Amino acid sequence: MAVKMHILVCGGTGCSASASHEIVAELNKELVAHDLTDFAKVVVTGCFGFCERGPIVKIIPDNTFYTRVKPSDAKEIIEEHIIKGRKVQRLLYVAPDTNQSVPDSKHMEFYKKQLRIALRNCGFIDPENIEESIARDGYAALAKCLTEMTPEQVIAEIKKSGLRGRGGAGFPTGLKWEIASKSRPGEQKYVVCNADEGDPGAFMDRSLLEGDPHSILEAMAICGYCIGASKGLIYIRAEYPLAIHRLQVAIQQAEEYGLLGKDIFGTGFDFEIELRYGAGAFVCGEETALIHSMEGKRGEPTFKPPFPAQSGYLGKPTNVNNVETYANIPVIINKGADWFASIGTEKSKGTKVFALAGKINNVGLIEVPMGITLREIIYEIGGGIKGGKKFKAVQTGGPSGGCLTEKHLDTPIDYDSLVAAGSMMGSGGMIVMDEDDCMVAIAKFYLGFTVDESCGKCTPCRVGNRRLLEILTKITDGKGTMEDLEQLKNLSAVIKDTALCGLGQTSPNPVLSTISNFWDEYVEHVVDKKCRAGQCKALKKYVIDPAKCKGCTACARACPVSAISGTVKNPHVINQLDCIKCGTCIEKCKFGAISIQ
Amino acid sequence: MDTIKLTIDNREVEVPRGTTILKAAEQMGIRIPTLCHFELDGLALENRPGGCRVCVVEVVGRRNLAPACITECMPDMVVKTNSFRALNARRTVLELMLSDHPNDCLQCPKSGKCELQALAADMGIREIPFKGQQSQYAKEFSPSIVRDANKCIMCRRCESVCHEYQSVGAIGAVERGFPAVVSTAFGKNLTDTNCVLCGQCVAVCPTGALAEVDNTGKILRDIANPDVKTCVQVAPAVRVALGEEFGMPPGSIVTGKIAAALKAIGFDYVFDTDWSADLTIMEEGTEVIGRLKAYLAGDKDVKIPIMTSCCPAWVNFYEKFYPELRDYPSTAKSPQGMFGATVKTYFADKIGIPRKNLICVSVMPCVAKKYECEREELGVNGDPDVNYSITTRELARLIKICNIDFNSLPDAEFDSPLGASTGAAVIFGVTGGVMEAALRTAVEVLTGETLPRIDFEEVRGLDGVREATIPVPGVADLKVAVVYGLKNARTIMEQIKAGECPYHFVEVMACPGGCIDGAGQPYHHGDASIVKARHAAIYEADRNMPIRKSHENPEIQAIYKEFYGKPCSEKSHHLLHTIYFDKKIKFDID
Repeated sequence: MAVKMHILVCGGTGCSASASHEIVAELNKELVAHDLTDFAKVVVTGCFGFCERGPIVKIIPDNTFYTRVKPSDAKEIIEEHIIKGRKVQRLLYVAPDTNQSVPDSKHMEFYKKQLRIALRNCGFIDPENIEESIARDGYAALAKCLTEMTPEQVIAEIKKSGLRGRGGAGFPTGLKWEIASKSRPGEQKYVVCNADEGDPGAFMDRSLLEGDPHSILEAMAICGYCIGASKGLIYIRAEYPLAIHRLQVAIQQAEEYGLLGKDIFGTGFDFEIELRYGAGAFVCGEETALIHSMEGKRGEPTFKPPFPAQSGYLGKPTNVNNVETYANIPVIINKGADWFASIGTEKSKGTKVFALAGKINNVGLIEVPMGITLREIIYEIGGGIKGGKKFKAVQTGGPSGGCLTEKHLDTPIDYDSLVAAGSMMGSGGMIVMDEDDCMVAIAKFYLGFTVDESCGKCTPCRVGNRRLLEILTKITDGKGTMEDLEQLKNLSAVIKDTALCGLGQTSPNPVLSTISNFWDEYVEHVVDKKCRAGQCKALKKYVIDPAKCKGCTACARACPVSAISGTVKNPHVINQLDCIKCGTCIEKCKFGAISIQ
Repeated sequence: MDTIKLTIDNREVEVPRGTTILKAAEQMGIRIPTLCHFELDGLALENRPGGCRVCVVEVVGRRNLAPACITECMPDMVVKTNSFRALNARRTVLELMLSDHPNDCLQCPKSGKCELQALAADMGIREIPFKGQQSQYAKEFSPSIVRDANKCIMCRRCESVCHEYQSVGAIGAVERGFPAVVSTAFGKNLTDTNCVLCGQCVAVCPTGALAEVDNTGKILRDIANPDVKTCVQVAPAVRVALGEEFGMPPGSIVTGKIAAALKAIGFDYVFDTDWSADLTIMEEGTEVIGRLKAYLAGDKDVKIPIMTSCCPAWVNFYEKFYPELRDYPSTAKSPQGMFGATVKTYFADKIGIPRKNLICVSVMPCVAKKYECEREELGVNGDPDVNYSITTRELARLIKICNIDFNSLPDAEFDSPLGASTGAAVIFGVTGGVMEAALRTAVEVLTGETLPRIDFEEVRGLDGVREATIPVPGVADLKVAVVYGLKNARTIMEQIKAGECPYHFVEVMACPGGCIDGAGQPYHHGDASIVKARHAAIYEADRNMPIRKSHENPEIQAIYKEFYGKPCSEKSHHLLHTIYFDKKIKFDID
């Protein structure tokens, strides 16, 4: 009896952390117990993207999509769904708008507007089984390139597709390959995959590597063929152990199948891939810093030119692309540049993967065509703001990007429109904020990140960002002045203008974009000493409404610093000078008499 | 030549392709300030990280400002070095730097010589608008160098010198972000690292983050002590550099003024390290001849090449990096060491005082010499042969402290019997000098004939590695090499290790151009013409000497007659030769 049903269980880092491997064990146990191992098969896949409701179990062929599955649910899934063909209703996704359960993934709003090209295999195949990859055209593009196309033709195809680098800056990939191919012909060259994903809350590359490592290996080999390199290196942070494991398995399998190594497809083309581990420094995502780190040197950027294509790893011509960029390559070769170029906007072709996070209902990994609006992403795919709160801003491009607001919601997003709006594509982090978020505090948060992650090589980034952070802290502490705001603007502009690498040049973006979009909030902090979101502790004021206070003394007894005075059955008062703003009084008050101003 | 035209500050200029904006502006008389950028033209020493961002200029059409030091000129580029945008950015960058600087210029060792201080003055900085966290690192002392990391501006010059030039790698950037600073591995003291104390980090540091250990106070106290006698020796390179500290043009030879100043300061005896440089040639030359003869006679145990051993940083280098090859360098002590050993025995006896009551001070172009003084084997029962050493810069300060108007001092002579010297001794101060001095004596001894020509031009020059074949009639064609910069020395050591070293005799100096650019010399701030002027002055001093071969120095002939007997005698072995140790650093990482 042939296997009729596949039970896909997400084995990405998120669902694994929620014990999805135990679900797998239980499912297998039940299959054995019911003697169904020939009929149904459990497959551990990469990420489905709907991390909000993980662990995810999906049944193929009917696309039933079970969310928040527990190991104890395995028995019911097997006995009800696999044996009796009845969906387990309580595990189905319930659409928040209709309150109806959705029978399969095809009807979920989360997936409707997505177009999965880079993520095509994530959540479909077992990433540790090369045959599943091959069954979905894995290595077919490499075969086509090696046997039917010249390197020039491949580069022309990539150029024609309009693919731009997915790491952040959006440099045309085909052009990058062409420069590397023409650089110092005949010398040892290197293909590098930048898997040093560092934006807070971003996990696009990790999910890709965990879910579909072979596509990356294949694309690197294609790049090697194009530029004349026989060696590939993947720079991956050591804190991605699962992605590293899957890559190791994939490389070994590809070598066993002769898809990497010597004389691939008998064409005389040699290509091997090695892993290099990073220690998790954000700046090592910058290509020159990444190369130095791989060489065993301090991970810090150097001035360009020379570009890596001229002098990169060990001084040799090197092509560095991001994981997601490589993930698009095999599809472009297989389906053609015209097909790819038909997706997206005029200057930004194809799709983009985003890690959707923050105050949004559907946190997860999504892939959408370029040109989609933020509104579609946030309200349709993302399911709107959590708790019915009001949308305030969305941060794209991570710590290098900026905050976009209500007025940007209907802008079709691509590389250029995001820059025009004062942000950037970045690697694909997208963090949604609601009315409870203080934009000064948000700017401070991102700056705190870049201050920690600055390499310290150039003065504006090393000292300037620290000073920016100190000014922001002064403001959120209620000690800011209008002069501080002016200094914030000047210093931000100078850092942007003078810093050595992309990290420093973009680090003031969160400050500048919040200043330009939320100037009122800054002024409120400085002049009125008020934080409308109530996030800045120093600016919070706890007050007791005498009309509501019954004089029960509960708050005064609970206050850890005895800041509340009053007599029994008479309204109490909080001494603002003593108050440490811990909020204990609010919790203790049974009459709702205490509020934050 | 492939040239391009561009416009800088509204003027057109044509430069060779590959020229940086900084260089192009320089040739137009536009001085763009720099801090991290450092280049010693022709001496292969450079640091171009583009990190300080002080030199930013506006390039029309470019998104951000460009660092002039590393941005190459492009055809039709329009550059504005003094637009408001560039000036505002430059000033802000400098203010940021100063906002994390102790700004204690009054008590800073670099005060008056500090490039950061000079830039702040040029830019008219009156207040620093940024307040906030300041670095708080503890000062660190070693026998030669004081590190004050709070003054580090992360220009990385020291790191470049230590890694690229010396191949030592004792210091480098640690930490990241605001706490990033140049330090040692695991924050260890320099003496517990691979540091060879060459001090080139001090020589290139633009601020007071790296400075020499100051011994001027000790001197004043010892001179004032009625219970001791004081004597001083002055190294060759000092006499061609000290004048710079008093506004004289680089390359001024101030030998006579130095002798006069030291007498005015109050030293009881003012002697010359040049005297013991001649003594070194007698000892080392004899050792070279001995080893060479044995080698040519087929003795397989003899170590060839023989290498010089007068540079203390070089000695530290082979003790720390190549202890297994420490039999190759000559066992001869350095001139400083030979002087100390002689003065504390022969001379102390002569004037009838116990060695402990004779304080020997040296004036050196070097900071590593301070450490050499502290070597246990270069003393007797804890009494060092040379009590301590001061640098050329410290001598300048001492002269100022003692109210001496150096420029108007009449020349004086060094005292006898340890004061007379030859041209061969003075060239010890320059790369190739020890080699040439040794050749002047060794070739004459080997052939038994007077040299027709004593200028060995083939070993002179300022290239980091120079080799020559010196025909010694009737003996052999002597293959010699002269290197400076320990990276070049490392190459030779690796050749020896691989059994592929083609030389018989090798001279090594750690510093660029030899002692003339030692770490104790007046700061040149990257102006190579200063080093070149000192270089020329050394050879001028040589030409001016009536006697130019060490073995013809009458005071040297006298001391052998009176005290040492003959070169490499038992007595000289005891006093003028030394041993080396295995000082390989092993890092325990727990």
